[in-house]
Amino acid sequence: MSTTLRPTPSPTEARIRTPLARARGLGSAKSGTDHFWWQRVTAVANVVLVAWLTFQLVRLAGADYASARAALKSPLLSLPLLLFVLSGMIHMRLGMQTIIEDYATSEGCKVVGLMLNTFFVILVGMTCVYAVLKLSFGA
Amino acid sequence: MASANAPARKERPLSPHLQIYSPLINMVMSIVHRITGAALYLGTILLAWWLIAAATGPEYFAYVNGLLGSPIGLIVLAGYTWTLMHHMLGGIRHLIWDTGRGFDLGTVNTMSWGTLVGSLALTAAIWGFALKAKGMI
Repeated sequence: MSTTLRPTPSPTEARIRTPLARARGLGSAKSGTDHFWWQRVTAVANVVLVAWLTFQLVRLAGADYASARAALKSPLLSLPLLLFVLSGMIHMRLGMQTIIEDYATSEGCKVVGLMLNTFFVILVGMTCVYAVLKLSFGA
Repeated sequence: MASANAPARKERPLSPHLQIYSPLINMVMSIVHRITGAALYLGTILLAWWLIAAATGPEYFAYVNGLLGSPIGLIVLAGYTWTLMHHMLGGIRHLIWDTGRGFDLGTVNTMSWGTLVGSLALTAAIWGFALKAKGMI
């Protein structure tokens, strides 16, 4: 994150890399530590949200439609659900990206796989958001 | 200098693949972490489906809940719960490792077993409460 945390560049690096490249700290992947960092940020968020949502859903076990709907309309459930969908989408897209990059046997498979990964995550995520908002604003 | 008669390519040793190693708990938990992650990825379809059912209306919600409440449905949901708990505890283990702590063999093994035992215990607790609320036990 912070450039002050970067180790002192080796003489070779100092000679080859421009000061601007070092200040940006984006490396050869051009994304720096973003993948690692967002995986961790969303992981921490997911722990909190999963704990809360599990607690809420267990309380809903065996509930009829009216009480389930009332619970889903409440911001105590719908807001954490929306946050979890957002955080979960980012987290699962990054995770599946790593799996695809590890196992794809050709560049074509990889590119198509990464694209399908993004499509899947957004499709499922937006479906959840649509359902939660529809419930919240009176279905 | 290599002579022109020497074989162009020598058979190089390959690094052994997974099946050559005897399974160790941290290695198994690492593999399971990836598998549970992929399973949860697909499992989000289930969450989306249930939310859509709730947003659609009482008839469809009752139909979906009936499927999820069937013996197979309950097994799938219990599996989902365990998968989520296992991936969560495995993730917490990784967050601890991210701080540079817990890399000695004893701690690694304890945390790996803890992931497995903890995930089973949490799943049992969650389902104990849920089934009790449902009046099934």
